[in-house]
Amino acid sequence: MSETSYRIEGATGAWEVVIGLEVHAQVTSNAKLFSGAATAFGAEPNAQVSLIDAAMPGMLPVPNKECIRQAVRTGMALDAVINRWSRFDRKNYFYADLPQGYQISQLYHPLVGEGSIEIEPDGDAPKTIGIERIHVEQDAGKLMHDQHPTRSYVDLNRAGVALMEIVSRPDMRSPAEAGAYVRKLRSILRYVGSCDGNMEEGSMRADVNVSVRKPGAPFGTRTETKNVNSVRFVMAAIEHEARRQIDVLEAGGTIVQETRLFDPDQGVTRSMRSKEDAHDYRYFPDPDLLPLELDEAFLAECRDSLPELPDAKRRRYQEGLGLSAYNADVLTAEVETARWFEALLAEIGDDSRAKAAANWVISELFGALNRLGRSLDDSPVTPKDAATLLGLVADGTLSNTLAKQVFEIMLETGEAPDVIVEARGLKQTSDTGEIDRVIGEVLSANADKVADYRGGKDKLFGFFVGQTMKAMAGKANPALVNERLKALLDG
Amino acid sequence: MSELTNLGVAEIRDGVKAGDFSAREVAEAHVEAVAAAKALNAFLVETPDHVLAAADAADQARAAGTLKPLSGVPIGMKDLFCTVGVQTTAASHILEGFTPTYESGVSQRLFDAGAGMLGKLNMDQFAMGSSNETSAFGNVISPWRRGGGDNAALAPGGSSGGSSAAIAARLCPAATGTDTGGSIRQPAAFTGISGIKPTYGRCSRWGTVAFASSLDQAGPMARSVRDCAIMLEAMAGLDPRDATSLDAPVPAWEQGLNADLKGKKVGIPREYRVESMPAEIDALWKRGAEWLQDAGAEIVDVSLPHTKYALPAYYIIAPAEASSNLARYDGVRYGQRELPDGANLQEMYAATRAAGFGPEVKRRIMIGTYVLSAGFYDAYYTQAQRVRALISRDFDEAFAKVDVLLTPTAPSAAFALGDKSDDPLAMYLNDVFTVPSSLAGLPAMSVPGGLDDAGLPLGLQIIGRAMDEQGVLNAGLALEQHAGFTARPDRWW
Repeated sequence: MSETSYRIEGATGAWEVVIGLEVHAQVTSNAKLFSGAATAFGAEPNAQVSLIDAAMPGMLPVPNKECIRQAVRTGMALDAVINRWSRFDRKNYFYADLPQGYQISQLYHPLVGEGSIEIEPDGDAPKTIGIERIHVEQDAGKLMHDQHPTRSYVDLNRAGVALMEIVSRPDMRSPAEAGAYVRKLRSILRYVGSCDGNMEEGSMRADVNVSVRKPGAPFGTRTETKNVNSVRFVMAAIEHEARRQIDVLEAGGTIVQETRLFDPDQGVTRSMRSKEDAHDYRYFPDPDLLPLELDEAFLAECRDSLPELPDAKRRRYQEGLGLSAYNADVLTAEVETARWFEALLAEIGDDSRAKAAANWVISELFGALNRLGRSLDDSPVTPKDAATLLGLVADGTLSNTLAKQVFEIMLETGEAPDVIVEARGLKQTSDTGEIDRVIGEVLSANADKVADYRGGKDKLFGFFVGQTMKAMAGKANPALVNERLKALLDG
Repeated sequence: MSELTNLGVAEIRDGVKAGDFSAREVAEAHVEAVAAAKALNAFLVETPDHVLAAADAADQARAAGTLKPLSGVPIGMKDLFCTVGVQTTAASHILEGFTPTYESGVSQRLFDAGAGMLGKLNMDQFAMGSSNETSAFGNVISPWRRGGGDNAALAPGGSSGGSSAAIAARLCPAATGTDTGGSIRQPAAFTGISGIKPTYGRCSRWGTVAFASSLDQAGPMARSVRDCAIMLEAMAGLDPRDATSLDAPVPAWEQGLNADLKGKKVGIPREYRVESMPAEIDALWKRGAEWLQDAGAEIVDVSLPHTKYALPAYYIIAPAEASSNLARYDGVRYGQRELPDGANLQEMYAATRAAGFGPEVKRRIMIGTYVLSAGFYDAYYTQAQRVRALISRDFDEAFAKVDVLLTPTAPSAAFALGDKSDDPLAMYLNDVFTVPSSLAGLPAMSVPGGLDDAGLPLGLQIIGRAMDEQGVLNAGLALEQHAGFTARPDRWW
């Protein structure tokens, strides 16, 4: 494992930051973990609450197999040990967002054991971050304090939704590594399809454990900053919290093990709860549920349904398709991009043209989408139409310049490129007779310049090319124009 | 009271089918009996409309030839089962006014089988108690009295004390009960009726107010073994809404009844002979063994060495689960809410639970909270689970040698109300013979064996292998036939 050189300078010298992350990822599933109620984001408050979520008397949890399956697939994608025997425990505490008075979680026997993630922090060598465990648990409801002057409201739509808690080892040493870890984890989850990774909607949030030490010293006391909901905030929270701890230590103080909150407006963390008033959660195995035992057929299906993951895909793009490291990176970072690119390749049906396709996607398509403020999901151009367009370039029907024009029209009208070319007569002319005829006209209209050229003014060649292309409204095959001009002028 | 209230489940079923009487007549006779028995305090809610409608449906079904297994049978429903549109309180103030919008798995099956509900039966609060004295709505009084002019009000047993009293007093031929550590068997023994707790998982727990999830099991109570078999067939079966529900076919237990025990071995566990046990119970136990021998069985002495640890383990595990299961009663969504002026959320919880739960429920919540708390968990909860595993192993080893076990159901006959209410430990000892099979999840039943010197019923318990309700019922039937128990309480209410 390569060590980052990230250090924070204090009054007493350089400090090292030690970071571990607990990422809560909402499992992609139509139904909650134990109740069968729907899970769609943005529904009216309390519209997605079953009798079980509301903890009515006599209601019982029944595990949703799809949620378990997604967590197992996630574990497999992280090269983790899948525990064929796991169990749910109750975490007991009273709060208004927790109707049962306990959260069903997994303390003693989690579904997924040790695994790892490869990260490539910006400008640093690749590094392996250990995963300690993944367990499955219920989310709580949401308190709404802004609906009424004196009352708080409770929305239970989220209560009982399945979460994976993905716990890393304290292996990260800089905000950049933590950022790279969250980005990579998010990418993998989205590839696997087990979490949509939408941090704004709260589908993914991180509890950030931070401590500081002098390089080589044992771990310091850590604090836990809860519910940080963007990569940028994770990095900012670490930076602030590390600096705060160093200031405390250098002033002769000690770090209190406590829970903190990140305030994104101020960029600071604040104490929420210290160890003294920590809850005693009285964890014990949930007697309403049998232990979870996974059979080989279930595990085989989970394994077989895993897609190619970003690292493998990137290697294949570089080694198999010959893409540059940069292009392979860009095209594999997000599952949607890779999916779109591969749909395009399938339409093209010839991997030897993958490099040209990759260049076009990254420069032309991404540029256009950027300009239009749209994403690949609602791209006005389909992979099929893009393949047609690239095909027209490859077979010489369109020059690169004409292709750009056709692409602009595609973006505006949504029409297919062959239709556009046909209807607007944008086809490139490779008819040498026609080209020779136009060149003849250009040369006779510029007899003086022809004489100058033949007298040694080589630079005038470009002028003749320009005149010819202009006379042909840009549709002449530029290579042919060059070739014929050379022949006619020099010949 | 009408003759019809003396009939059992099978007799009513067969009589309606034969046209000896209408289901309507049966229902009306029982409604009248319930209305006239307020002194027993067995019913918390009476639902004459429900039972009469079911009776009319049964009479129509008879005409149409579409009678169901329990068509025309009026039953009582323990108030632990959620019933649509009918208040369900678990005999606690904290659920006062709670009217479910959903039907429990067990009551739904009974109604689907054609049964009608006479009302909701009183019980120990949240099924925590052995005398019915923890009910928030006043205890049930047993219809039985000691002979010789002793008019002391007696306990009907608990927690299913409303069920046992109502059946013994001929207010209903059968009722639902639930058994966590003996709550079907001990009240059955106290009132001279039969009751079976099936294998854990046979009956759905969905819609039954939870006490201790890993132990709670519904079962029937009735005046004969056959009636218990009929009821259990209707109540049992897989319910996918309960993750601990057994995925196994429901045998035709009634059809399989057979009192001939030739080739069967009956174990007598020596550890059940406790010092304080009255001589009459010991004598009845011996008599029971002779009856089973007479029915063809071989009697074998067996040992269940960890029996003495069962009660302490039970009183750790059950309260631990209860302390968590009862956290949902917080005054927010249903039932009672106490909101003192200016109270915050935590204060509302505290006030609601202080006012809503009775003292025994609070005691168990506190015990359960304590045994699960950091630093005590291993010493209590983990240790109790180890004991539970050892008790299961004891039974496994015994059942390698014998088919069923015979024990007394309870260490005493019914005691007077008030006698033990100040001494929780004395009260807990009532469960000493019933708790081990609960911890092991095994089927067990109580059958009346005779009367003690005071004229009060005593019960014998049969414990069987997991899933072998048939073996339990058959041994129970043999006991029933030999005991010839016909005693019934004289009506004073």
